[in-house]
Amino acid sequence: MDLSHIFNSKKVLVTFFYAVFIFISFAKAHPSGAHNSEVDQTETLTSGEEEDITKVILHHISDAHDWHFWGHGEHKVGLPLPVILWTKKGLVTFLSNKYDNDKKGQTVFEEKGQQLVNFHDKYYYPSPEKNAEGNYVTLDENHIPTNAKPLDISFTKNVASMFISITILLIIFISIARSYKRREGKAPKGLQSLLEPVILFIRDDIAKPQLGYRYATFMPYLLTVFFFVWINNLLGLIPFFPGGANLTGNIAVTLMLALCTFILTTINGNKNYWGHVFKPHVPWWLYPLMIPVEIIGLFTKPMALTIRLFANITAGHILILSLISLIFILKSIFVAGVAIPFVLFISLIELVVGFIQAFIFTILSALFIGMAIEEHAEHGA
Amino acid sequence: MITGSIAGIGAGLAAIGAGLGIGQIGGKAMEGMARQPEAASKIQTAMLIAAAFIEAVALFGVVVAFLGTK
Amino acid sequence: MSLNPLVSPDPGLFIWSTVAFILLFFLLSKFAWKPIVKALNERERSIEDALSKAEMAREELNKLTSENEHLLKQARIERDEILKQAKILKDQVVNDAKVLAQVESSKMIEKARHEINNQKAAALEDVKNQVATLSLDIATKILRKQFEDQKKQQALVSDFLERIELN
Repeated sequence: MDLSHIFNSKKVLVTFFYAVFIFISFAKAHPSGAHNSEVDQTETLTSGEEEDITKVILHHISDAHDWHFWGHGEHKVGLPLPVILWTKKGLVTFLSNKYDNDKKGQTVFEEKGQQLVNFHDKYYYPSPEKNAEGNYVTLDENHIPTNAKPLDISFTKNVASMFISITILLIIFISIARSYKRREGKAPKGLQSLLEPVILFIRDDIAKPQLGYRYATFMPYLLTVFFFVWINNLLGLIPFFPGGANLTGNIAVTLMLALCTFILTTINGNKNYWGHVFKPHVPWWLYPLMIPVEIIGLFTKPMALTIRLFANITAGHILILSLISLIFILKSIFVAGVAIPFVLFISLIELVVGFIQAFIFTILSALFIGMAIEEHAEHGA
Repeated sequence: MITGSIAGIGAGLAAIGAGLGIGQIGGKAMEGMARQPEAASKIQTAMLIAAAFIEAVALFGVVVAFLGTK
Repeated sequence: MSLNPLVSPDPGLFIWSTVAFILLFFLLSKFAWKPIVKALNERERSIEDALSKAEMAREELNKLTSENEHLLKQARIERDEILKQAKILKDQVVNDAKVLAQVESSKMIEKARHEINNQKAAALEDVKNQVATLSLDIATKILRKQFEDQKKQQALVSDFLERIELN
């Protein structure tokens, strides 16, 4: 499979991403200076709005208890999702739209005998007294509540999006499997011929070179990871309903995926692999140094996997949202003439990045598993 | 705000390093492919993996920048 | 220091995604990957089989063709050989015939010469005999004529006697 075009776009993306990142950083730095000197009222206003935009972007890329479609306040249209909380008094469930008109923690509500407060779409146990701003939460210097939280296992936007993606995957692949059975030994057709090269790509370019003759054992995992990441990357790029949830840009999900790889690596690790960790090929007096390094190395691999996918996808979303926000920051509709083609361009690149990151995640998983099951130690003393 | 800016500079520095690294990889891979066009697909795969490792370093920088900004 | 919410994993989502992913993994493994991978492998195997069979058939054909060619070549060589031998034989026959004819003819010539010689000898003998007879006749006639005359006879005898000297 020829990937040269992908790599070229990747370089462009990386350049763009960092250019815009640095640009935004400096753009933010400048008005803050103005804010400190308090020269002009409008400047402070602009600065406040930019703060809002940062919040909007962060809100868009983080999880939510409901699926917001459009509108605000009274005219808000969205899909309420069930909130499930494991509190001190047991399981508490309700629909998210029941208590979402106050997200500042100013009203305490009681559900199944458990008092709760909603602060920025997160549920906390309320403080006994209001603070200076009238909230029932205690804030630290970073405006993050220090209140205790119930275990929030709500069916959030990301969870809903994940189940949509899972449904899509199941429908696609079970129907493909059926057509393989029905048209046994014949040439692929339709969806089958669309995805067969991808499946073969994973088998021939990822699994076989990294895992050797034992590739068949890990094929289901690699295929599942690849298509799960890929379809969620793509769904995340759709700006409206079935998509739009930044699932693969959420660190909990990427951490889960990386942990799956880590667990597979650990339970499949053979004598060579553990020998490499606990009896590295170095003089014995280096052991106190090398063994901790090797053990840290075991954990940095899944960490790198987690952060790579999370940061890549989140960066893409932030980039697109920032470019759109330029229209509102510069307060001119004409900026759209520049910003929208740019957004389109970045979106196209993100389509490629969605594939590349799924590929990278899968190939690195295969690489790590391959290192764990390798039969011979390739280093010579 | 100030912390955010410094974190941004940090991310920028990380990006410089990663940019140099990825540039090296890309350049060398091109050379390799030009020299041995029949090994192009293998070189590409290895190049992407190496680029992913280097990119991870830059992304660590970005994540640290995130950690700095609240 | 509390983490930015962006980089702090949310336990609820973590639990949900773990459950969902494991569910997805088992469902897809059982209902999708197993049949798909099996079908792909089988199809590849059948394609490989077909290819190797085609290869075998081609080889067979090649073998047959080369065998045919070989046979043809051999036949040609044999034909050439036969023709060559026939030519040699012909030459030999012609040669033999020539030699034989020569021998025969020389024999015949020899025989003819012999015959001629014989005939000549016989003829000469005959001529001799006839000459002898004729001479005798002539001599007889001459003698008769001579002896008719007495005197002449006397003279002759005396002549003879004279000539004979008693030594």
